Amino acid sequence: MPFKTPEPESTRGQASIGKAVKINGQIYSKEDLYVDGDVEGTIELQEHRLTIGPNGKVHSSVKAREVVILGNVQGNVDASDKLEIRKDARLVGDIKTARIIIEDGAYFKGSIDIVKPEPAKASGSTPPRPQQSAPAPASNAQGAAVAAEVKH
Amino acid sequence: MSPGAAVLTPSQPSTATTLFDREVVSTRASRGLEQFFTYVRGQAGLSILDLAGASQENINFITNLGHKLYSEDFVRSLDDVFRGEDQSNASRIEQFLRHTLNFENERFDGVLVWDVLQYMTPTLLTATLERLRTIVRPQSYLLTYFHSDEKAQQVPFYSFRIQDQQHLLLAQRGMRKPAQIFNNRSLEKLFQQFESVKFFLTREQLREVIVRR
Repeated sequence: MPFKTPEPESTRGQASIGKAVKINGQIYSKEDLYVDGDVEGTIELQEHRLTIGPNGKVHSSVKAREVVILGNVQGNVDASDKLEIRKDARLVGDIKTARIIIEDGAYFKGSIDIVKPEPAKASGSTPPRPQQSAPAPASNAQGAAVAAEVKH
Repeated sequence: MSPGAAVLTPSQPSTATTLFDREVVSTRASRGLEQFFTYVRGQAGLSILDLAGASQENINFITNLGHKLYSEDFVRSLDDVFRGEDQSNASRIEQFLRHTLNFENERFDGVLVWDVLQYMTPTLLTATLERLRTIVRPQSYLLTYFHSDEKAQQVPFYSFRIQDQQHLLLAQRGMRKPAQIFNNRSLEKLFQQFESVKFFLTREQLREVIVRR
C-alpha cells in the first residue's frame, strides 16, 4: 500500500508566510497563520492560531487566541487562550496569556502575566481561587539541618 | 524518587533520571525555599524574579500563587556577555547588568537568585548585588544557594525547579568552576548592605541563604 506523505500540520488549512519572505508592517488575519519568514510590525489574529515556524523571526507584538513559537520572537505576546514555547525557540518580551507551555531548551526572557478567562456567569458562584497547598509545618527534613540568622 | 533525597553524586546512580540529553536530576527538601514562599505567599499579585531561566514548574508554581513572574537566565547571559573573558571589565559589567537587570519601572517582592552569584568574580558580584538591591522592595527577600565545598575545583550547576513549597528538583546543567567559594563569614560580609542574612546549612555541600532587603 503506497504511503502518502502527510501535509505538515504546521501549514495545513492556514495562511502562510514562507521563510524567504520579509514583511514590514501590520498583519491582521481572520484565519490561522504560519510565519516562517521575517516580520517587523504587529501581528493580530482575532480568535485564531499563530505559529512562528523554526525559521521565523518576528520583531513585533503578537496577539492571537493561541500562539505557538518554534522560532525567534522579540516582542510582547498576548495569547488569550494558550502560548506554547517549543524547544529551541526564543522569546524576549512580556507574556499575557491564560495558559503557558514552555519546553525544556526554550529561551525566555521577560514577564509572565497569567490572565484567566472570564468565568461563565452562574448565579451564586464565586470565581475559583488559585490552588495553593497549605503551608506545612517546618520540618528538619534531609537536606536542611541547621538555620542561623544574622541581622545587620 | 522520594522527596528529600540527597543531591545525586556518582556514587548514587540508582536515583538518577535523565532530563535532557545529559542532565541528572534529583529532588531535595529546601528549608530556604519553604521560608522564601512563607514570606511571599501571604498576598497575591507580587512580582517575583527568577534568575534560573524559565521552566514550566516554576511558572506553574509562582503564577498559581497569583504572582507575576519575571524570568531571566543569568548563567546563560553571563556566558553570552563575557564569553569567558575578564569579568572585571567595567563596560562589560554595565552591558551585563543592562541585559539582565534592567528594570526601570519594576520593583520586585522576591528574587529567586539560586546559585548564580558564586560564578561571579568580586567586581561583577558587587555591581550585581548593588543592582539587585535597587530593584527589590524594602523587606523583600532573595533566595540564594552557594556550594560550601571550599576545595572544589568545579561544582555542578543546576536548573532549580520548584516542586512544591518545600521541595526542589535540581536538574544538573553541567559543571562550572566557581569564581568564589563562600563561608558563613564571607556571606555575611557579602550581604552586609542588606538587613539580614539567614543560613540553612545542608548535608549536601549546598548552603541555602535567605537575604532580606
